[in-house]
Amino acid sequence: MAKRTFNIWRGDNSKGKFESYEIEISPGMVVLDAIHKIQVELAPDLACRWNCKAGKCGSCSVEINGFPKLSCMTRMNSIPEENDVTIRPLKPFPVIKDLVSDVSWNYEQNKKIAPFKPKPRDADGNHRMYQEDIDRVQEFRKCIECYLCQTICHVIRDQGQKEKFVGPRFMIRLASLEMHPLDVADRIPAIKNDHGSGMCNITHCCTDVCPEHIRITDNAIIPLKERVVDRYYDPILWLKRKIFG
Amino acid sequence: MTDFSDIQTIEHDIIIIGAGGAGLRAAIECSAQGKNSGVVCKSLLGKAHTVMAEGGMAASLGNADPRDHWKIHFRDTMRGGKFLNQWRMAEIHAKEAPERVNELEEWGAVFDRTKSGLINQRNFGGHRYPRLAHVGDRTGLELIRTLQDHGIHQGFDVHMECTALTLLKDGDNISGVLAYWRDSGRFVLFKCKAVILATGGAGKAWHVTSNSWEYTGDGLAMGYNAGAELMDIEFVQFHPTGMVWPPSVKGTLVTEGVRGDGGILLNNKNERFMFDYIPEKFAAETADSEEESNRWLNGDTGARRPPELLTRDVVARAITTEVKEGRGSPHGGVFLDIASRVPAELIKKKLPSMYHQFKELAEVDITKEPMEVGPTTHYFMGGLRVDHETQETAVPGLFACGECAAGLHGANRLGGNSLSDLIVFGKLAGTGASQYVDSLSKSLAINQEQVATGIREATSILNRESGKNPYLIHDDLQTVMGNYAGIVRTEDDLKKGLTELARIKKDIEQVKAPGASQFNPGWNEALDLSSLMIVSEAVTMAALERKESRGGHSRLDYPGEDSEGLKYNVIVSKGENGMEVRREPRDTPPQELSRIANASIDDLEAEVVRERNNG
Ligand SMILES: Cc1cc2nc3c(=O)[nH]c(=O)nc-3n(C[C@H](O)[C@H](O)[C@H](O)COP(=O)(O)OP(=O)(O)OC[C@H]3O[C@@H](n4cnc5c(N)ncnc54)[C@H](O)[C@@H]3O)c2cc1C
Ligand code: SF4
Ligand code: SF4
Ligand code: FES
Repeated sequence: MAKRTFNIWRGDNSKGKFESYEIEISPGMVVLDAIHKIQVELAPDLACRWNCKAGKCGSCSVEINGFPKLSCMTRMNSIPEENDVTIRPLKPFPVIKDLVSDVSWNYEQNKKIAPFKPKPRDADGNHRMYQEDIDRVQEFRKCIECYLCQTICHVIRDQGQKEKFVGPRFMIRLASLEMHPLDVADRIPAIKNDHGSGMCNITHCCTDVCPEHIRITDNAIIPLKERVVDRYYDPILWLKRKIFG
Repeated sequence: MTDFSDIQTIEHDIIIIGAGGAGLRAAIECSAQGKNSGVVCKSLLGKAHTVMAEGGMAASLGNADPRDHWKIHFRDTMRGGKFLNQWRMAEIHAKEAPERVNELEEWGAVFDRTKSGLINQRNFGGHRYPRLAHVGDRTGLELIRTLQDHGIHQGFDVHMECTALTLLKDGDNISGVLAYWRDSGRFVLFKCKAVILATGGAGKAWHVTSNSWEYTGDGLAMGYNAGAELMDIEFVQFHPTGMVWPPSVKGTLVTEGVRGDGGILLNNKNERFMFDYIPEKFAAETADSEEESNRWLNGDTGARRPPELLTRDVVARAITTEVKEGRGSPHGGVFLDIASRVPAELIKKKLPSMYHQFKELAEVDITKEPMEVGPTTHYFMGGLRVDHETQETAVPGLFACGECAAGLHGANRLGGNSLSDLIVFGKLAGTGASQYVDSLSKSLAINQEQVATGIREATSILNRESGKNPYLIHDDLQTVMGNYAGIVRTEDDLKKGLTELARIKKDIEQVKAPGASQFNPGWNEALDLSSLMIVSEAVTMAALERKESRGGHSRLDYPGEDSEGLKYNVIVSKGENGMEVRREPRDTPPQELSRIANASIDDLEAEVVRERNNG
């Protein structure tokens, strides 16, 4: 069994440094297992988040050797043996302690989105939707809110424009509402003016990191941008669509 | 006495502890009833255990098979629970689940559809018809996200990453909660008139478990300490199919949906062994040949269900026996094969998260090879004893719902009956607590002495000069529970277990967490240990008391069900001199419900048809 070296950020927003830890790795281990092992053996107060340990809850996001990843789904054998493993908290958000960052900004974005508003039920009391009409919405609803896409998006990460753009996670949330067959609310003006759809310049980086393989850019952001364009720059086309479906 | 003026104080009418399906549904109801309420949860919003649920939620919508009816759902639930369920709870659950599921759609949930555009339903163990509303194999995510996205606009506050430590009482009544913020490690005092516990189970008392770090039984322990009773706590569900390899994921759940969608269990001789384990009571409703099972899978409504879909207790015991007798897989489980039964594309569509889970964590492609699976600690049937309509415990102002409450599932829970439990009884707890608050005439005070004790106990873990490592104590406790109070039990083992637990209790008194209180997992873990200890003791003592095997509780020294066992529920409560166990006689079942539960399936189906024709 091999020993591996981990460099882990210890500290908070104001001060801190990378500490080095060496532990034994056994077969099948993921990075989260290694963090837990370090807690037990070397640093009991090392802070990290996790819940499901199966890629389902989106709690355990960190940056591993520079890439935002779920630590519970990153196998140790996917990191070349000659490399150390460097783990730091998600860059765009304030660090609370060690690997834990303050992601409350994301919860605030969600609250700003106009909630689902259903049309009335059919006469027999049912809502009818067909599978082919909801496949796309279900793709978006697979989101586990890991915020890896929020972390990689350069608008948020490098330009620090959090006040201007909700970020990819909430663009798909908006898309899941706008494309919901039962929803009757209109969010297009807000998508342009408040949620900042124009800030995205379609780099696809968010799609590349999504652990749920949601095609964020192509299936959600581009169609939303198109709807905005139709509405604001081609109102005739928009009216036609509204009338003739 | 310490001065508390500097402790942050937050006031609500109702505090809901837990933000899973049950807690969020309860909070939505409290808001609907005009109450000012706050949800307190250990993790971030949206990360509670409910998010992990896979297969679906049971409700007799009758979309996939129009023959379904609440009476048949009720009958399945009682039979699955080996008749130890609280009759009225099982009735309310079966009757109200369809409305609660439809309501989720009103709030934005997008379930998989039938061809005619309705909510689709899938087969699951113990359910007569395809009954589980689902979204692929991520139904829990759909449930929690729907409640979360709807809930944030209903006006209740969410206090995230805040752990409740102790319930505070003014005389007999609940008057508040002492808690601490994970990030700062500071204490916070919630003043309130009622508390709803929705804290889930305690699977973390065992090593091999499908549960996350949150499942340390805090709600059970807080309720117990406040004077509420624990019921049926000996019944722990070991889910038959957890991953067994690699070691780091041992216990991670493999949804029953794999078997519902056609997966079969094989031993190392390639035998479909479940045919050898069909209990007499279920023989009339279970296929006795592979040929009949295949017909069922292809939709022949005349064919009976394959034995892989027997209730979880039966399948888990069968796997344990196969492994013990040397017919297991290389890593100590059995094989679960869907690759040879269902086309690869369909597997990826219906079970996407299982596909990824195995591919990424075990390097197994489930569309090409069988999985290796074995039993894993999964669910607490038992919990806080509540009134079936109001969900109130024996403590005035203390309510409970979801997995931490007892009664609906009896000795064994059917898959899919938990998610529906959460929304049905979450709502009722919200109503119950609101009504209680309305009826309360006296004003309540916080007892400073109780707060002081709570804080002293919590901080002593940090302040101690030296002491035991909390992680190692937890590990020790898990080993003890696995060895002595696991899937099969004996009097000797359980007694040994109690002795060992007494030893570990001393260690817990000496536990030391180094570092400061800010986001300190070592300290958090140490604090959870006392809850785990109470629950572990309760399980072991209740298991000793029930001298028969029934559902999730298997005694090697008392094999088989004993009709005496139906006459009581085991109750655990806090007495003058520590934990007390007693047998509480069960009321005679309501006549009509007893008739339905005991009817033959053919008679009941005919009755439902008659009713529909007349109505
Ligand atoms: C992997 C898996 C798959 C499952 N699949 C299914 C399925 O397909 N169908 C089905 O019906 N059931 C399923 N179940 C069971 C079901 O998911 C759970 O029983 C159910 O979600 C429990 O919900 P709950 O609301 O009671 O509690 P949870 O969702 O567990 O939430 C508990 C909450 O309490 C909080 N909490 C606990 N202690 C404290 C404290 N001290 N202070 C503050 N907050 C606290 C937690 O933070 C959390 O928010 C599955 C379970 C697992 C583990
Ligand atoms: S595609 Fe748009 S949202 Fe996604 S990372 Fe690039 S800029 Fe950000
Ligand atoms: S869209 Fe994908 S990457 Fe972004 S939060 Fe959701 S699951 Fe994570
Ligand atoms: S712990 Fe849930 S996604 Fe990693």
